[in-house]
Amino acid sequence: MARKILIVDDEPNIVISLEFLMKKEGFVVAVAGDGDAALEQAAAFRPDLVLLDVMMPKKSGYEVCEQLRGDPSQGDLKIVMLTAKGRESEVAKGIAIGADAYVTKPFSTKELVARVRTLLGMA
Amino acid sequence: MNARTRFLIAAAVLGLLMTGPFLLTVAILFGDLQEAERTAIVDILLPRLPIGTLMTLMGFILGLQVLRGLFKHYVRGLLRMAETLRLMLGANRNFRVTPEGPPEVCELARAANDLAQQRDELLTDVEAQIARAKASVEEEKNRLAALMSELSMGVVVCNLDGRILLYNNRARLQFKALSQGPTSMSGGALIGLGRSIFSILERGQITHALENIQERLRKGSAEPSANFITSTRSGQLLRAQMAPVLRTVVLDEGEEDCGEDGAQEITGYVLTIENITRSFERDAQRDQVMQSLTDGSRASLGSVRAAVETLADNPDMEPELRERFVGIIRDEATRMSERLESTTAEFADSLKTRWPLEDMLGIDLVTAAQRRIEDRLKLMTKQEDLDDSLWIRADSFSLIQAMTFLAARLLDHYEIRELRFRLSAEGKMAFVDLIWSGTPVSSETLYTWELENMTVAGEASPLTLRDVIDRHGGEIWYQRDKAAHRAYFRIVLPVAAMPAVEAQPQQLRGGSRPEYYDFDLFAARDASIDLDRKLSELAYSVFDTETTGLEPSAGDEIIQIGAVRAVNGRLLRQEIFDQLIDPRIPLKPEGIPIHGITEDMVRGQPTLDVVLPAFHEFCSETVLVAHNAAFDMRFLQLKEESIGVRFSQPVLDTLLLSAVIHPNQESHKLESIAERLGINVIGRHTALGDAFVTGEVFLKMVPLLADMGILTLRQALEAAEKTYYARVKY
Repeated sequence: MARKILIVDDEPNIVISLEFLMKKEGFVVAVAGDGDAALEQAAAFRPDLVLLDVMMPKKSGYEVCEQLRGDPSQGDLKIVMLTAKGRESEVAKGIAIGADAYVTKPFSTKELVARVRTLLGMA
Repeated sequence: MNARTRFLIAAAVLGLLMTGPFLLTVAILFGDLQEAERTAIVDILLPRLPIGTLMTLMGFILGLQVLRGLFKHYVRGLLRMAETLRLMLGANRNFRVTPEGPPEVCELARAANDLAQQRDELLTDVEAQIARAKASVEEEKNRLAALMSELSMGVVVCNLDGRILLYNNRARLQFKALSQGPTSMSGGALIGLGRSIFSILERGQITHALENIQERLRKGSAEPSANFITSTRSGQLLRAQMAPVLRTVVLDEGEEDCGEDGAQEITGYVLTIENITRSFERDAQRDQVMQSLTDGSRASLGSVRAAVETLADNPDMEPELRERFVGIIRDEATRMSERLESTTAEFADSLKTRWPLEDMLGIDLVTAAQRRIEDRLKLMTKQEDLDDSLWIRADSFSLIQAMTFLAARLLDHYEIRELRFRLSAEGKMAFVDLIWSGTPVSSETLYTWELENMTVAGEASPLTLRDVIDRHGGEIWYQRDKAAHRAYFRIVLPVAAMPAVEAQPQQLRGGSRPEYYDFDLFAARDASIDLDRKLSELAYSVFDTETTGLEPSAGDEIIQIGAVRAVNGRLLRQEIFDQLIDPRIPLKPEGIPIHGITEDMVRGQPTLDVVLPAFHEFCSETVLVAHNAAFDMRFLQLKEESIGVRFSQPVLDTLLLSAVIHPNQESHKLESIAERLGINVIGRHTALGDAFVTGEVFLKMVPLLADMGILTLRQALEAAEKTYYARVKY
C-alpha cells in the first residue's frame, strides 16, 4: 500500500515542487494551505507523514504539531517541520514539541526525500 | 562665708588674743588677793592704765596691719587669680596671670601660666590637625568633583532613597536632551540636587539593580555592580551602570546579628549613564537588514532550489509542467530582487526594535526571580540542577517580570503549590525551566498568555511575554514530563561568553570644578514635606512671576515665571526655571517699564497651559517661597482648575517673615529687606532675578528665625500668619 504524505504550506511555489517530488517517489499526496486545513486533512486523509511549514496564517506550524501530537489516534504520524527561520532556538522548540525532523529552507530536495524515506522506514 | 566676714572674725580673734591673757591674769590675781592688797595694786596700776592700753592698742593695730597684708596677698590675691584663670579658661584664651604678691603666690601664678601655655600649644596642635584633615577631605572632594566633570559619561550619585547628591554636567545635558516639552526649556529641570532619580529612571529597575548588587556583595563579589537598559518617557534608550557606595560598618559590642560578613553597608550608589539610542538604532537597523535578507530570502530560495533540482533531475518532464517550474523560478527570482530593493530603500523606517542585552550569571537571574516570586506571590520556590557557571545574555528586569507573570498565572489558574527552577545549557542555548507538578496546562493557554500584557499584583507592564521572549531572540514552550507527573515552561535564552574584565585607559585633566554636588545629602533620608521638619533641612523652590497687571480676576495674566531651588542652605543657581509666557492678550504699555518685557519677547513663547505643568513638576516635593507670595499664588491658583495642576505644597512669604523678624521696621519691600540683610541686588525685575534675591533673603532669614525659636516649617507658617501684615493685608 502506498504511503500517504500531507504537505502543509501557504506558499504555492514550494508546494508545487514538493508535490511533484513526493508523487514521483510514489507517495500519495494531499495539500493543505493553512493550519486549520492541515488538521482537517490529517483527520480525513490520515497521512503517514506531514511536511509542515512553521510560518502560516491562522495557526502556526508549532500549534498544528502540538495538536497532532496530542491526538492519540495519530500516534504513528511522522512530522517534518519546514521553515524559513533557521535559528537554533526555533529548531529546539520544534523538536521539543514533538517534530521528528526540522528542515530549514532552502533545502536539498534529495536530502529531503532521503529524510522522508528514513522516517517512514523505507531507506 | 565671704572674705570680708572672715577678715572681721580674724580681727576679733586677734583683739581677744591680745587682751584676753592680761585680763584673765588680772582676774585671777584679784581673786587671790586680800582687800588691802587689791586696793594697793589698783592704786599702782590705775594711773598707769592709759599707757598700757595705748601699748595694747598699738600692738593690736600692728597686728591688724599684718593680718590685712596676709589677707590681701593670700586670700584676695588668690581670689583674683582664680577669676583670671576662669577668664583664661573661657572668654580669653590669651590672657595670662600677672605674678604679684608674695613669692609663693607668684610661683603659683607662674605654674598656672605654664599650664595655660601647654594647653594652648595642645589646642593649636589639634586645630592644625583638624584643619589639615579638613583640607585634605576638601581636596579629595574637589578632585573627585573635577574628575566627574571631565568624564564623558553622565554620572549621578544617589543615596538609598534615590535622592540625587551629585551629578555632572554631562548627566545634566543628557537628561536635558531627554526631557520633552517645556521642561527642556527650563534647563533640564528634572535633574537637581535632592531631587528623586525616580522622576527620570524607573523605580523598579533601580531597585532591581540594587538587589542584584546586594546579592553580589553577599557572595563577596569583587565587582558588585549592575547594568541595566532603560527607556525614558521620550523613548530614548539609556544604558546605566550602577556601583554601590559602601560604608564599612563598625560593629558595636552589643550587636551580634549583623550577618557573618556584613561588614559593608550600601549607603548610596553611583550611576553612570550613557545614551545608547543612536548606536543602538544603528545596530538594530543593521540587524533588521540582515534578518530581512536572510530569513526573507530563505522561503524564496527554498522554492527556487526545489524547482531547479526537480527540473535537473527530471529532464524528460512534460513541456507544460516544465514551463510551470521555470515560472516558479522566474517568479521567485523577481520577488527576491524586489525584496532586496525594498529592504535597502526602507530599512530606515518602521523598524521593530530589538532590545540590547547584558551578560549575567544565569543563577543570579534565577535567584532574583525566585525572590521576586516569593515576595510578590507568596509562592514557594525551589532550585534543582542549576548550572552555576552559565552566563546568559538577558535583560534581567523584563525577564524576571515575565517569569513572575507566568508564576502568577499558574498560581491563579492552576493553584500550584510550588515552582521549581532548572537551569541548563545546550550549545549556544540556555534553558530556564519553570517546573510544577500536578495540573497540566494546555499549549493554547500558553499561547494566550504570551500575547497578553503582563500584569502582576496590580503592576502592569506594556510588554507581553512574547515581546520579552522576542527581545532575547529566544523561545518559550510548554512541555510535560509525564513519568514524573510534572510539567514545565522552558525559556530559551542566548548563552553569553564569560565576560573578561577589560581595563579602560582614561586620560584625566585637572582643572574645572563641577558645581553640582552636595554630599551632605547622603544623610538626608527623606525629602517629603513634613511641617515639623526644620526649616534648614527642607528643599525650596523660590519663585517670582511677572504679570500684565495686578488684577488676575480682571484678566491680567502671567508673562514670566522664574524660580531657583534652595537645598541644604544653598541657592542652587544652576537649577533654575526661567520661562517667558505668551499671555494671548496685549501687554499694558504702563507695565513694560516695570518688567521690561515687550510684545516681541512674549509672542511665540509657549502658553501658560504648557508652562504651568512644567513649573509644577519643577516645584514638586519642595516648599514654595516668594516675596508677597499671596499675589503670585492668586495668579497660579486661578489657573489651577483650567490647567489641571494643583500647587498644594506649603508657601512661605519673605514679606511676612521679615515682619516676624523686624516688626518695628517700616518697609518690608524686597529691596529694603535685602539692604538690611546685606545682600547685593543685581538683575532685579526679571522674574528669575527677583527669585534669586528672594532666595538669598530667605536663606539669611532662616538663622534669624532660629534665634527667635522658630525652627520648623509649622512654626514659621504660624508666626507669619500672626504678623500685623498678614492681618491687615489678607
